[in-house]
Amino acid sequence: MGYLPNIVFAIILIIGIGYFTRNIQKLSRNIKLGKDVDTSDDKAQRWSNMLRIAFGQSKMVVRPIPGILHIIVYLGFVIINLEVLEIIIDGLFGTHRIFAFLGSGYDVLIASFEVLAALVIVAVVVFWIRRNIIKLKRFLNPEMKGWPKTDANWILYIEFVLMLLFLTMNAADLQLQQMDVAHYTKAGAFPISQFIAPLFQEMSISSIIIVERVAWWLHISGILMFLNYLYYSKHLHILLAFPNTYYGKVKPKGQFENLEAVTNEVKLMMDPSADPFAAPDENAPVPEKFGASDVQDLNWVQLLNAYTCTECGRCTSECPANQTGKKLSPRKIMMDTRDRLEEVGKNIDANKGQFVADGKQLLGDYISQEELWACTTCNACVEACPVSIDPLSIIMDMRQYLVMEQSAAPSDLNNMMGNIENNGAPWPFNQMDRLNWSKES
Amino acid sequence: MENELKVPTMAELFAAGEQPEVLFWVGCAGSFDDRAKKITKAFVKILNKAAVKFAVLGTEESCTGDPAKRAGNEFLFQMQAVTNIEVLNGYGIKKVVTACPHCFNTIKNEYPGLGGDYEVVHHTQFLKQLLTEGRISMEGGQFRGKRITFHDPCYLGRANNVYEAPRDLIRKLDAELVEMKSCKSRGLCCGAGGAQMFKEPEKGSKDINIERTEQALETQPEIIAAGCPFCNTMMTDGVKNKEKESSVAVMDIAELIATAEDL
Repeated sequence: MGYLPNIVFAIILIIGIGYFTRNIQKLSRNIKLGKDVDTSDDKAQRWSNMLRIAFGQSKMVVRPIPGILHIIVYLGFVIINLEVLEIIIDGLFGTHRIFAFLGSGYDVLIASFEVLAALVIVAVVVFWIRRNIIKLKRFLNPEMKGWPKTDANWILYIEFVLMLLFLTMNAADLQLQQMDVAHYTKAGAFPISQFIAPLFQEMSISSIIIVERVAWWLHISGILMFLNYLYYSKHLHILLAFPNTYYGKVKPKGQFENLEAVTNEVKLMMDPSADPFAAPDENAPVPEKFGASDVQDLNWVQLLNAYTCTECGRCTSECPANQTGKKLSPRKIMMDTRDRLEEVGKNIDANKGQFVADGKQLLGDYISQEELWACTTCNACVEACPVSIDPLSIIMDMRQYLVMEQSAAPSDLNNMMGNIENNGAPWPFNQMDRLNWSKES
Repeated sequence: MENELKVPTMAELFAAGEQPEVLFWVGCAGSFDDRAKKITKAFVKILNKAAVKFAVLGTEESCTGDPAKRAGNEFLFQMQAVTNIEVLNGYGIKKVVTACPHCFNTIKNEYPGLGGDYEVVHHTQFLKQLLTEGRISMEGGQFRGKRITFHDPCYLGRANNVYEAPRDLIRKLDAELVEMKSCKSRGLCCGAGGAQMFKEPEKGSKDINIERTEQALETQPEIIAAGCPFCNTMMTDGVKNKEKESSVAVMDIAELIATAEDL
């Protein structure tokens, strides 16, 4: 019977990690539905971006209040997870505070976890107030209704409870240490939970042990549950922010990809030796679709972007179109892309690994033309994103589909393009008059 | 205006067997738009004064394709690009300067992939360089102490990280450079980019240029400085809309310098 807790722990751990692995596989499968894109360039820049933007949180502090609070929660997440390692070892082997042999180093560790845990609680409370009491504008856009709002609050509640469990566990432990209870070795410094410990003074040793054990078990089960919640949540950014900042754009923001499929066509057109009446090669691949109307037309980095989005809305709040009341919201572009990708993924799951046409697509069913045409391509959304997401590239790909596959540009733009084609300028002026300005006084 | 503008074309230089120091890419707005033509002329006056050996393509220049690309017409963009690159490469052009951030971005970033490799600079960068090299001198003169705010063009600033060249030039005028609440990498778009210049805006609560003009006017400027012909139009319209055109001028950096130099 003595090994029962160890066995139960091992089972919980295996289920938790197993389920998480399954989620990651699904995530990876869905991201790979996107087209291939070469990301082998500029590796040094990519690593530096990841270090600076994801590890260093450099974009978060552009807005200092949420930035600093976020750094606290981020550090809490990274550092307190060292404690999880100890919990796992203790759980599997029935030890208690296995790292206690570190001595004063252990005191420093536990003390810093405690301080961070307390700060995380403060940060989480402020975040909750910002969302639910102050009601910051960027959390109230139409795309935030329903699940996105609930999701955001759940994350805060879960983090709050996890930190509270951690401190309770330590407080009970400290009390037991002070009572010289066997198994509870004197180890660790408890700058925060020392104020909670007196609450247990009147309780019997067995009751305190129950409190300590319950908090311990709930804390680790909570963490494993949270791990598996990620896939269903915007909170996935805690993992994907790292690859996403690595694979994010390394070229100047103003540089848009030149479509290779078009280059080939243009070269053929400009080639005087090309035979315009030549029969197409029978083995020639079907001409590539220009632009994107659904998630499979996007590249995998764009799909990774969609899963990485944490719906903070910095993009939308910086967007000139959104600021002036237009329908376009770059955050919604990312959320729609993820929702559609999830729908496609579920479709594949339900149809034995094959996507069966469902009569829907990203363009039209999720993202409207009105949104796409409101974009000024100003890159404010790209600049604002703290994890290097590029909503603009998706907007551009969909515009390409509208114009080159559907001829569905607004009529004003068709006039402009007609002028460029005929006169070499977006206005109806004659190219031969291009130098007239030099003779006008 | 006693001095006539000297605007040599590439064809003329080529016929004389000469190469310019730099090709001035005028752009469609700079060639045809009445307001932007003034910027073009101001820049040429400075080039003339500094005795820069430059040339323009004149009637051989064509739209870079920027608005077509941003509207989604990659096909038309590449047709334009390939044609322009053929002309530029034919003349063996090495360096290009332009007063339009859209042309600047397109030629600098999107032409290399299609065979057009040039050193491309925005006119504010070029002017800054002339100043550093001592080829132009600038006296504050009539702009001394004036409140000037600079509106960052998206395709110069965020798109290509050029923030300081225009600001350095304004400071050289001994003017008081005042920043808007959103400036540099957080500068708000004027509303013209992404081919918006050529269409009606989508339904909303306000036009973008009005929003941006309001931000500019909050700084109580005497001059709103711009570095893009499209921003210039948008901000000028915004100032008119706010009925401030008698007290607030919208001027390109090149115009500021040409005026300061009494050109």
